Amino acid sequence: MSKKIIAEIEKKLTPQKEIPEFWPGDEVTVYVKLKEGEKERLQAFTGTCIARKGTGLRETFTVRKVSYGEGVERTFPLYSPLVAKIEVIRTREKNKLAPRAKMYYLKEKGA
Amino acid sequence: MKIGLVGKKIGMTRIYRESDGSVVPVVIVKAGPCYVTSIKKTVDNGYTSIQIGFEEVLEKKLNKPMLGCFKKLGLPPMKVLRELRLKNDDEIAKFDIGQKLTVDIFKEGEYVDVTGTSIGKGFQGVVKRHKFTGGPATHGSMSHRAPGSIGGTTPPRVLKGRRMAGHMGNRRVTVQNLQIVKIIPEENIILVKGQVPGSSNGYIIIRKALKK
Repeated sequence: MSKKIIAEIEKKLTPQKEIPEFWPGDEVTVYVKLKEGEKERLQAFTGTCIARKGTGLRETFTVRKVSYGEGVERTFPLYSPLVAKIEVIRTREKNKLAPRAKMYYLKEKGA
Repeated sequence: MKIGLVGKKIGMTRIYRESDGSVVPVVIVKAGPCYVTSIKKTVDNGYTSIQIGFEEVLEKKLNKPMLGCFKKLGLPPMKVLRELRLKNDDEIAKFDIGQKLTVDIFKEGEYVDVTGTSIGKGFQGVVKRHKFTGGPATHGSMSHRAPGSIGGTTPPRVLKGRRMAGHMGNRRVTVQNLQIVKIIPEENIILVKGQVPGSSNGYIIIRKALKK
């Protein structure tokens, strides 16, 4: 019962935001708003989405990339105003990855 | 004491601040509409308070004496009745029996005190109940989660107030100075920043902050 009410209220509070359909295994670019003094700019983070967690307003996703031989992971709240734009570059099929809800096996595979 | 509402804890979620994108953890509270069911004056009762009712229920859910009370007042039958102490008789002048109180009495950004019944933990040891450190786990130690010494030879008794193992939780707890982040009046919903005592679906009293 209370879960239903939470879902309804989260729906009301969810900001209008265009989010493309993407799933773990897809290669995505996330544009994050950054404040440098007075100026605001977008920073791009490109990598493989390895997990989506949570539901509704609380949903987050994790993006992993290998930067100079070192694995880097960032977790973003899906509805955060700081996440300005998400772009899907390549789908999982084209990435030649096994279909998994959580792609944690990639951590052991490379760097 | 200040005026407030009786409500129900629905659960937790988060919202994002538009200004800096920070995440604010919030409790969803369904507060009101409450009806004033009784007014007590210092002259008559020795103290000042108003009694408010919350959550309408089917008639068959209440016993006959309770139903009679609501019938007399001309109000719908309600599940929860709570008394709110007020400072003096002047404050009470604003309220009439049968008056409807809604979330309108609060404003966004305001601070509130929330009272509820904490989640029961049963009989617990001192480590969980009073955050004692306990003893070493290894190196031949045989005192792992024991309280240690509880007193000396003088006085030859245990002093009152000594923290020991016992029942934890399931008691009345008030959390002060919680900020109201958002109010949705059409659904009687208040979003309060931080934690509120008790489990989801527990009844709480949400009052204007005493110390702000």
